[in-house]
Amino acid sequence: MKKIQLTIGVTGLNNTDNPGPGIPVIRALRDSHDFELRIIGLAYENLEPGIYMKDLVDKTYQIPYPSIGEKDFIQRLEYINNKENLDIIIPNFDAELHTFMKSKEHLESIGIKTYLPTFKQFEERDKTNLPGYGEKYEIKVPFSKPVVSYADIDNLEKNFDYPVLVKGKFYDAYIAYNKEQVITHFNKISAKWGVPVIVQEFIRGTEVNMVALGDGEGNTIAAVPMRKQYITDKGKAWGGITIGDEELLKLTTKLIKETKWRGGMEIEMIKNAKGDYYLIEINPRIPAWVYLAVAAGQNIPEALVKLALGKKVPPFKSYEIGKMFIRYSYDMIGDIAQFEKLSMSGEL
Amino acid sequence: MKIRNNIAISDSGFVFDSNNGESFTLNKIGLEILQMLKNSRTEEEITQKIVKKYDVDIETFEQNYFDFVGMLRHFNLFENESF
Repeated sequence: MKKIQLTIGVTGLNNTDNPGPGIPVIRALRDSHDFELRIIGLAYENLEPGIYMKDLVDKTYQIPYPSIGEKDFIQRLEYINNKENLDIIIPNFDAELHTFMKSKEHLESIGIKTYLPTFKQFEERDKTNLPGYGEKYEIKVPFSKPVVSYADIDNLEKNFDYPVLVKGKFYDAYIAYNKEQVITHFNKISAKWGVPVIVQEFIRGTEVNMVALGDGEGNTIAAVPMRKQYITDKGKAWGGITIGDEELLKLTTKLIKETKWRGGMEIEMIKNAKGDYYLIEINPRIPAWVYLAVAAGQNIPEALVKLALGKKVPPFKSYEIGKMFIRYSYDMIGDIAQFEKLSMSGEL
Repeated sequence: MKIRNNIAISDSGFVFDSNNGESFTLNKIGLEILQMLKNSRTEEEITQKIVKKYDVDIETFEQNYFDFVGMLRHFNLFENESF
């Protein structure tokens, strides 16, 4: 079969101890037998490791943070598109998704496809809306409250017992055992991600995660559950294993059916000692551990690209249980000339 | 008292609970007992077999067996007893 030639832009090349999904997504796409790819890295920082991984990323362009303004952000993408003729962009950061969703039609008009959730889907699963989400879709969620000021923190003890989780709107979560720790974490998180900061009931149990892909019509195209086996101090999985959790699969299928979810997603849940599942959060994009799903038999990034191209993708029927991933750190050797080129021209 | 179907027991003594990703290691006798439980052997049958095969009296074995089964229960390896 003739391979489809594609140029795909990918963000999230920060393959650090708090990894972005970019590199695993690219690795998955490179595994595809159906594509002949040119991968364009889109990087926010000069030292995102993926920029220097030349066997995976053909060329990288620096892009401005979306917070600089949509116009400048899009202008930069247009510049890149003029040079590279991008077919698809796969954004991998929560914080940039809003801009990509807003610019969907404009990007399409210049020939760039995306495969993202709708605004409604994106907004209703926002951490600050989780209680309403749980109620609407009949899924248990931990009690949570958005906090925007010290005054809100003073009122917390009426609603919570310690410990609690203090979470950023997009990233970061810390456990707090008293009010002073809540204030410390609030300051740290709000300085980085702004407000609201979310304070959430701490549910004791086992964290189980699901990577899934919805086709926007209510069908679950892919779904692979994983249990973290080794967790970093940032709460990220450094090792994990695919599990055969039927209940979690049922919950995922139900959620995707009812929300008609479009695109990749990560569902994070805690299973407590009674066997009840609590929805902790839904990340509206492919997670960094997606390559485990590929190894287990479901190449989710490949399926997402096919959906973005308007192809019909049949749902995956199975995956291998007991597949494991173990991350490692590795010192790549670069040269100051590469860093110079990227810093001065914004391209490498 | 039956071991759940999705508990994989390897001949090496490695046990994998595919429902939650937990794994355990067993010594030779632990493995023998777990395999007998998986094959729906009764406590009496298991006791007879072990006491006959190894140098142990019934009382000591039953005490250890009770502890072992308690541990299996704690890790939710039995059918209909999990959560």
